[in-house]
Amino acid sequence: MKPRHKKLAAIVAGVTALGVASILVLNAFQSNLVFFFSPTQVMANEAPVGKSFRIGGLVEMGSIQREDGSTTVRFAVTDTAEIIPVIYTGILPDLFKEGKGVVAQGKLSDNGIFEADEVLAKHDENYMPPEAAEALEQAAKAQKASLTQ
Amino acid sequence: MAINWFKYSSPASFYSLAGKMIPIFVFLAVVLTIAGLYVGFFVAPTDFQQGEAYRIIFIHVPAAWMSMFLYVIMAVWAGIGLAFNTRLSSMMATAIAPTGAMFTFLALWTGALWGKPMWGTWWVWDARLTSELILLFLYIGFMSLQAAIDDPRRADKAGAIIALVGVVNIPIIYFSVQWWNTLHQGASVSLNQAPAMATTMLTGMMIMVFASWMYSIVVILKRVRVIILERESHTAWVAELRKKEAAR
Amino acid sequence: MNWESWSEFFAMGGYGVYVWGSYFVTLICIVGEVLLISKRRRTLDKHYGLIHDSNTKEEIKNETTS
Repeated sequence: MKPRHKKLAAIVAGVTALGVASILVLNAFQSNLVFFFSPTQVMANEAPVGKSFRIGGLVEMGSIQREDGSTTVRFAVTDTAEIIPVIYTGILPDLFKEGKGVVAQGKLSDNGIFEADEVLAKHDENYMPPEAAEALEQAAKAQKASLTQ
Repeated sequence: MAINWFKYSSPASFYSLAGKMIPIFVFLAVVLTIAGLYVGFFVAPTDFQQGEAYRIIFIHVPAAWMSMFLYVIMAVWAGIGLAFNTRLSSMMATAIAPTGAMFTFLALWTGALWGKPMWGTWWVWDARLTSELILLFLYIGFMSLQAAIDDPRRADKAGAIIALVGVVNIPIIYFSVQWWNTLHQGASVSLNQAPAMATTMLTGMMIMVFASWMYSIVVILKRVRVIILERESHTAWVAELRKKEAAR
Repeated sequence: MNWESWSEFFAMGGYGVYVWGSYFVTLICIVGEVLLISKRRRTLDKHYGLIHDSNTKEEIKNETTS
């Protein structure tokens, strides 16, 4: 190939190698790569102060409150041990639902409410038709009922 | 009947063997793709959670798995070429890279198109997505480095270093969803657990995985045959081949 | 059968852009890859044809096993 193209290719290769090497090194330092903190971690003051970060968990059942006439919504994120209240204005993904996974990015305000500027839905690895999901839900309800008797 | 396998480590013998094998794999690739897409779109039902958007899985997972399998195989061939100084092994590694890169790109592209409606974003820098992007950089780095070096044997050796060093990224990609908090969910299919997928959905996906294997074999064999001709153009057997082709 | 009509099939429950955008790009990549390999082969054949025609003396080594 032309010497000019060869030089370009060598530069691409070199930059790529350097980029890869540095990112792999970063990978080794797990604390730098936390994608989200759990509510428990946030309550334990493990999350950065004054900086934007992400919290992840489940949307607490019954916690979704939509304000009339605006796209502002309040809900809570839980990891079954701790709960963090969240306030968010904007579009929510289709899969955002009570009892389902959520990852919100924003800042924790002084009054303990997480002010989110982005809310993402996190779904699990299960794939099944609606009938199967129905059946599982019924079975879980029946089991719960029989346990409380 | 004893087969002398080592005879196929000569570019000349492998060239003709590969030529004979290609049509079989073309047939398998076509049949499996048609079967896989049929099951995926007309037999597998809708998903309780993701609706029809989940049907991207029939491309996304095969592409992602192939991106990883092909990298490991590329590294193995490159390593053998480096250790035993065998030309054909290195040619195989060179032949695999573009296909591996393509599948990596497709995994990222289909992943983005799947993430936007389901997660609410085209991209996040979580461990799974980031390490798959690094894989794309590794493939590109391998191909660029080999293209930049004139002497084929030196190019083989240099590429082998990138290929072998980069192999560490493969378990990182796979275990990323276990080792770190990620937006990407965990594995639906694994060797030591029951699948978290309905049977028809899983069947469609696995047929597409095999179809991707067959397709990969076809294009990699085709490509390595061209590479063999390029690098062995000075030899007697290639001259013979050309004479035969000219006579036809 | 999952679909009542072709329009349902193309709509994919509202996610048509994402589903078909994935399959379409996949098709392009596959066709592209196959065509690129063919082009590389044809270029090589043409190139060899040129060298063969001009009477340049070439070293033709006997093929050795690697």
